[in-house]
Amino acid sequence: MTSHATQTAGLFDCRNAWAATLESLAADDPRIVAVVNDSVGSSKLGGFQKKFPDRLINVGIAEQTMVGVGAGLANGGCIPFVSAAACFLTGRALEQIKADIAYANFSVKLIGQSSGVAYGELGPTHHSIEDLAWLRPLTNLTIIVPSDPWETEAAIRWAAAHEGPVFIRISRMPVPELELPNRVFRAGKAELVREGQDLAIIACGTTVHLALAAAQSLASEGIQARVLNMATINPLDETAVLNAAQTGAIVTVEEASIRGGLGGAIAELTSSHTPVPIERVGFPGFVPTGSVDWLFDHFGLTPQGIAAAAHRALARKR
Amino acid sequence: MNLANDPIPLIREKALWMRRRAFKMVYDAQLGHPGGDFSAIDVISTLYFGVLRFDPKRPNMANRDRFIMSKGHATGALYTALAAAGYFPESWLDTYMQPNSKLNGHPNRMYLPGVETNTGPLGHGLPVALGIAIAGKITNADYRTFVLTGDGELQEGSNWEAAMTAGNRKLANLTLIIDRNRLQQGAGTEETNGLDPLDDKFRAFGWQVETVDGHDPAALLNALATKHAQNPLCIIAYTTKGKGVSFMENQANWHHGVPNAAQFAQAMEELV
Repeated sequence: MTSHATQTAGLFDCRNAWAATLESLAADDPRIVAVVNDSVGSSKLGGFQKKFPDRLINVGIAEQTMVGVGAGLANGGCIPFVSAAACFLTGRALEQIKADIAYANFSVKLIGQSSGVAYGELGPTHHSIEDLAWLRPLTNLTIIVPSDPWETEAAIRWAAAHEGPVFIRISRMPVPELELPNRVFRAGKAELVREGQDLAIIACGTTVHLALAAAQSLASEGIQARVLNMATINPLDETAVLNAAQTGAIVTVEEASIRGGLGGAIAELTSSHTPVPIERVGFPGFVPTGSVDWLFDHFGLTPQGIAAAAHRALARKR
Repeated sequence: MNLANDPIPLIREKALWMRRRAFKMVYDAQLGHPGGDFSAIDVISTLYFGVLRFDPKRPNMANRDRFIMSKGHATGALYTALAAAGYFPESWLDTYMQPNSKLNGHPNRMYLPGVETNTGPLGHGLPVALGIAIAGKITNADYRTFVLTGDGELQEGSNWEAAMTAGNRKLANLTLIIDRNRLQQGAGTEETNGLDPLDDKFRAFGWQVETVDGHDPAALLNALATKHAQNPLCIIAYTTKGKGVSFMENQANWHHGVPNAAQFAQAMEELV
């Protein structure tokens, strides 16, 4: 076993990486435009607006039109980044995402901001824990859930260059930068964060650093957990998942519903090829009132909670 | 108008061909939406054979005018227009709704050249057309964008989001044509969820509004030539659902009705 990762003391809001990257890309490519629903501030696009006022299209509080406009801009030769709170982007405009973006196969980049339970006490209307389940069946829509600022920047740059529809899920939750050597972003490929053969913990987004901490805790008990950063949910890295299944036990971790998201995708795949005990860590449904920290703690999205899920999975291992 | 360049005979000839061919497609497939095909065909023929700048050999030409068929169920009208305009061979029409056909019940731009976006669910065309028009402004392109919606379709709120944005942005490169046949799938629009006064609604949203007989190519050409330098243009085209076939006209049940052999034969006798 080798541990590749350590964590820095600093914590980062990935929206800053998103906004800086978009500004940098837009400076080099006049086709890049942003579309928002009165979400300039929450998308951190104030700087973009100052630099490129004609290339920021604010349709107001109108998500259906926002997404349709994205498709139209792509038809007209632009590279649109449609940025809004993930809950409204994916919930309110789901049919537009399906028909205008995915089915019509327009090269539009949908940026779901402050996803998961980032809005904490504002409650389930403002949480976006269903988005992965809603979007996963749109098989030509690449879905990426970056884990930290480095991966956020890499995913945005990849999306700008990729010809096709993309959904990127960005959080406002402070996360550490994962420090992995020689990191290369590869869409559609799992990233090995930590090697291990006793079980595999497969995480995405804000939970990857928690999964790593859980693995380090398990190591002190003599349990070696592989940790995979599954940033791309669509298309799923099936090889990495089936290799993970060879360890005999899997824990999935996501800041999302445990129904139909990352855990659902892995359960679907392994049940057909390599049935394996799986413990899914996430949210079971609408959550009660509470801060982000309280919700993470309450539902076991913590190193301790993930380690406990690992023990449950290991107990079921044949 | 120079008589030699008068597009009206061609528009009428193509519209007649489109009605006959679309009805045969529906008859062969025993599927389709012929009532809405026939209310829209004169508008679409006028656009393709009198207004739009396009090259069927270069369907992705950057400065082509765009036509968005928001009432995507009226594929009989759209597919016959695209075939008549030269985007694909007429023989493709024979495959309408057959397994693996490029001619799905609702249009797919990945299957067919000339289709600008996939439509079918209502209330999608105007927002997409709005985005195309905004792109034209950003890129300083001189193409124009035309979108045809049904009238019942305007009960979808997304249209009004887009109408508000288009009016506020003063998008003079955008034209909306409403196929105002006053019937939706189940009943009349006004008895379902009334739209009138439709002209006042669009004026209030910042649009220039023209009303016209949607089966008169000369009147349509005139309306489409309206100067609207400061506003998007809305043309309310008064139409008759099932126009051209006596037993179909103004009958809501011909929204997705399909003809039997006798009805098909009678329609072919009337459509001359």
